[in-house]
Amino acid sequence: MTDSDTDTELRVSKIENGTVIDHIPGGQALNVLAILDIDGSGGEEVSVGMNVPSNRLGRKDVVKVEDRELSGAEVDVLSLIAPHATINIVRDYAVSEKLRVSRPERVVGVLSCPNANCISTAGEPVDSTFDVLDDGVRCGYCDTIVREDIAALIDPA
Amino acid sequence: MRHDHLIGAKQLSRADIEAVLDRAADFDADPAAFADAHPDALLGLCFFEPSTRTKMSFDTAIKRLGGDSVDMGPVESSSVKKGESLADTMRVIAGYTDAIVLRHPSEGAAKLAADFVDVPVINAGDGAGQHPSQTLLDLYTMREASGLDDLTVGIMGDLKYGRTVHSLAEALTTFDARMHFVSPESLRLPRNVRFDLHESGAVVKEHTDLDAVLADLDVLYVTRIQRERFPDENEYRAVAGEYRIDAELLADARDDLTVMHPLPRVDEIAPDVDRTDHAHYFEQAHNGVPVRMALLDSML
Ligand SMILES: [Zn+2]
Repeated sequence: MTDSDTDTELRVSKIENGTVIDHIPGGQALNVLAILDIDGSGGEEVSVGMNVPSNRLGRKDVVKVEDRELSGAEVDVLSLIAPHATINIVRDYAVSEKLRVSRPERVVGVLSCPNANCISTAGEPVDSTFDVLDDGVRCGYCDTIVREDIAALIDPA
Repeated sequence: MRHDHLIGAKQLSRADIEAVLDRAADFDADPAAFADAHPDALLGLCFFEPSTRTKMSFDTAIKRLGGDSVDMGPVESSSVKKGESLADTMRVIAGYTDAIVLRHPSEGAAKLAADFVDVPVINAGDGAGQHPSQTLLDLYTMREASGLDDLTVGIMGDLKYGRTVHSLAEALTTFDARMHFVSPESLRLPRNVRFDLHESGAVVKEHTDLDAVLADLDVLYVTRIQRERFPDENEYRAVAGEYRIDAELLADARDDLTVMHPLPRVDEIAPDVDRTDHAHYFEQAHNGVPVRMALLDSML
């Protein structure tokens, strides 16, 4: 935990209440925000540290969101793009809970299928559904398997 | 077999398949004997893309079982044209019928339909996805011709978009078949089918040239390479010509080689093959009715 307590804290100010997501692979912070559907329009105060030196990851990103505590389900979805992320829930300036991401069996409504001919992309009244494989994800409708650049599938909506 | 829906071949166990094929053999032997099997059954035929054979064989099958069908008609004249979702169309038709046969141009359509209705849905082809009822009649044809044990099967043509190929390959994993896939590089099996074959521990080899395996095969399953897959006509012709078989080429095959094709063919099987003992594709098409009778009988 040394690098998160020193490097990171210097670069990103402490928050009073909210969530700190650390050990995100360098360059993925904006995808993490997208997956959590945080774009600032909701008024959340968001701090992002990108490509911060890290002992463990070389370069890492850090995201702090004020006044928002991530749910277990949200945390699990993060595992698709940030498998080693650590999540600290902060209450009254102190870390009150530490969460680790674990890979869910499926993710619903988060990713959009890259197969343009998939029925889940055709405006039907359904949420996209992906089964999580050891090394990728698989569309629950058309069976398409995606292994590279899963972040690109994050549904901007 | 007792399934609510038939969406893909993966859901079929060997026992499921054999039960349908055994029952199909009864229907095949004496179709008239089952004319009162399902007198009140009404089958919804929902074909969002044209398919004469598949539709007619389901239609014939339900009528041979004493039931009847209602047909959505061509998409051009339906409310789908007005932008109605598939989910809504299916819910409405499920209210009229006892089972739905769905052909749709999008992958995953049958899966989606099944999520919205209480009646059984049979996937009669979803885009480049699956076509499991075709697979049952393919297996029936293979079983009649050579049995289903210890088979060496070659599958040739458009393996990427060929839904009949995807379903057949997945179903063959429940038998001890060795599979050889022959296609141009650009039309190899899609990643998801390869993944499933690998997961099931199937013995699979991929080739670009039929010569490499022809002499070993018990069954050669030929599919059409579709012209519209190629941006350039010349490119299409160069590729398609490589995957055409004729009687002369089959001289190098085993005498008991069974040649199959889901039809329609264009020119991938020369007419002179029709006169050889290898040709089983018309028989295969004929088997569509008893096999679909058996399938409907198990689901209604
Ligand atoms: Zn899909």
